[in-house]
Amino acid sequence: MSSEPKRKKKAGAKPTIGVFKFASCDGCQLSLLDAEDELLGVVGAVEIAYFPEASRNMVDGPYDIGLVEGSITTHHDAERIQEVRRKCKTLITLGACATAGGIQALRNWKDVDEFIRVVYATPQFVSTLKLSTPIAEHVPVDFELRGCPINKYQLIELISATLAGRKPNIPTYSVCMECKRKANVCISVARGIACLGPVTQAGCGALCPSYDRGCYGCFGPMETPNTASLTSQFRVLGQSDDQISRAFRSFNAWAWQFRRASEECKPT
Amino acid sequence: MVAEGVLAARETSWSSAVSLEEHAVLAASELGSLISTLALEGYSVIGPAVRDGAIVYSAIESIQDLPQGWADEQAPGKYRLSPRNDDSFFGYVVGPQSWKKFLHPPEVRLWQAERQDGSFRILNNEATPEKAKAFLGVRACELAAIRIQDRVLLEDRYRDPIYEARRASAFVIAVQCTQAASTCFCSSMGTGPAVSEGADLVLTELQSGSHRFLVRAGTDRGSEVLSKLRTTAATEADLHQAQDGVQAAAATQVRSIDQNGIQELLYQNFEHPRWENLAARCLSCANCTMVCPTCFCTTVEDTSTVTGNHAERWRRWDSCFTQAFSYIHGGSIRNSSKSRYRQWITHKLAAWKDQFGSSGCVGCGRCITWCPVGIDITEEVRALRNGGDHGDS
Repeated sequence: MSSEPKRKKKAGAKPTIGVFKFASCDGCQLSLLDAEDELLGVVGAVEIAYFPEASRNMVDGPYDIGLVEGSITTHHDAERIQEVRRKCKTLITLGACATAGGIQALRNWKDVDEFIRVVYATPQFVSTLKLSTPIAEHVPVDFELRGCPINKYQLIELISATLAGRKPNIPTYSVCMECKRKANVCISVARGIACLGPVTQAGCGALCPSYDRGCYGCFGPMETPNTASLTSQFRVLGQSDDQISRAFRSFNAWAWQFRRASEECKPT
Repeated sequence: MVAEGVLAARETSWSSAVSLEEHAVLAASELGSLISTLALEGYSVIGPAVRDGAIVYSAIESIQDLPQGWADEQAPGKYRLSPRNDDSFFGYVVGPQSWKKFLHPPEVRLWQAERQDGSFRILNNEATPEKAKAFLGVRACELAAIRIQDRVLLEDRYRDPIYEARRASAFVIAVQCTQAASTCFCSSMGTGPAVSEGADLVLTELQSGSHRFLVRAGTDRGSEVLSKLRTTAATEADLHQAQDGVQAAAATQVRSIDQNGIQELLYQNFEHPRWENLAARCLSCANCTMVCPTCFCTTVEDTSTVTGNHAERWRRWDSCFTQAFSYIHGGSIRNSSKSRYRQWITHKLAAWKDQFGSSGCVGCGRCITWCPVGIDITEEVRALRNGGDHGDS
């Protein structure tokens, strides 16, 4: 954050933020809107310069912080992300799509042309890539914020830390750490529910286990996920290979650790 | 000295510690008056309660809140509640939580500050004083764990004021175990099942004949509370029944860690094929350290608001199983789960003795039960001792 801004700014000008959308459901942008009390309440701190989902007022870049939602699924997107990268001093990806390819990366195991033929009346108008890929496969990314959707408190922490020039408190350990700090009873041990918590990165506040659901892995692989050991335990809990494979193939299916785990249970 | 206390406790057998005059009998129907007496004394009573399929520690207002008639069945990676065929209040062993969550809280704000006129002002950080807590149902292994945390957090070079305040005000009602879970091994650790010292009151639940508690005061304030309850004189038969129950809890333990040469065993086996075998199973999820009643490690996180005008410092439970735990300039020095598990078990069972004068393990078995893949610390020690890497993997 110490380098000179590319755009000449007036003294005291606020840091600018641009928000860019690629293939995604908009849920992460909604998390940003949901943080308006924290963000817009301190308009003194930042200027949302480009955020088409929220405002018609669009200021041209460059931007101090670029927030990118969504994965790359078309030729046009693959070109556009290069342009976005050039305009943003710091580039942050938001959520599972931008960070791991998203739920739409399930196409990566299938024939996308077949989908197009089946779904669209005039398939010739559809131009898409065979794979849904994360932003970091196309341009350098400064920080990847996990989640499907992201946790708004993590987003605020990340923006605050970026503006202050400090390291954000975004832990990469397992969901279990958050779950135990909340004094939750482990649903896997006490009830035999298959839970991806031990291999999933913290950040959601152990949301699903707090409501009697096994973790769905929305925040992607934790720092050192031992998916093979958890797979063995899922079998002990009575899960079929098909069920285990599907558990790993959700919002972060294309994250390589989950991808490998899903393929080990079920040949593609 | 707590460390000496721990050692002394190990050398005191239950039978030599008992004498008839020290004991009284509290009818089971009078248990509620113990809870209400403590509440009248100004304590917030914390005790066992059924929640989410387990017995946890939470606020107790009456005996209705207690897990009467419930038992816990435990195995590596597995815990289930099951109904008992009697109406015992303390007919379970230990659950997922320990008293650590009250004495050494999972998350606590250390301080906060605000920017004012170009400088920072530390805000009034005096937390509202917590109401003193009475812990009802502390097991011998848990009492040993509290004494170990006393040694670490109060009697070392630095004292932790957060722990100190909570610990000093806590009233401890121990309940001796009269049964063991399959995961228990306090006998081999010398921490139970008999309660020798450190509790304000010690109860033993007796079922044969009438449902009652044998009770003994361990401190003056324990005697004071006891004097406010309606008790009757204890008989030799009451004492024997309690003693038989505690001995049964010791005799039925199927797990153990052989303490002979345990330090040499771990110090001389930094390289051992078993560590790789372990690493294949270990999730590095940190559950073992979170449920361990003696694990005390924390991390400190600083946060600031978007404007940078408000900052806070928080302390949170940490674990030696995370990468950040051993992060120094350039990376984590314990990069593999093999090195992390080895660090944990070596510190817990061996280096802890050099550092704090006792083992860091009390044999409660929580790390065995609550490991999502059922890694068994007693089995790992045995495999290391036997020199092979056999075992499930």
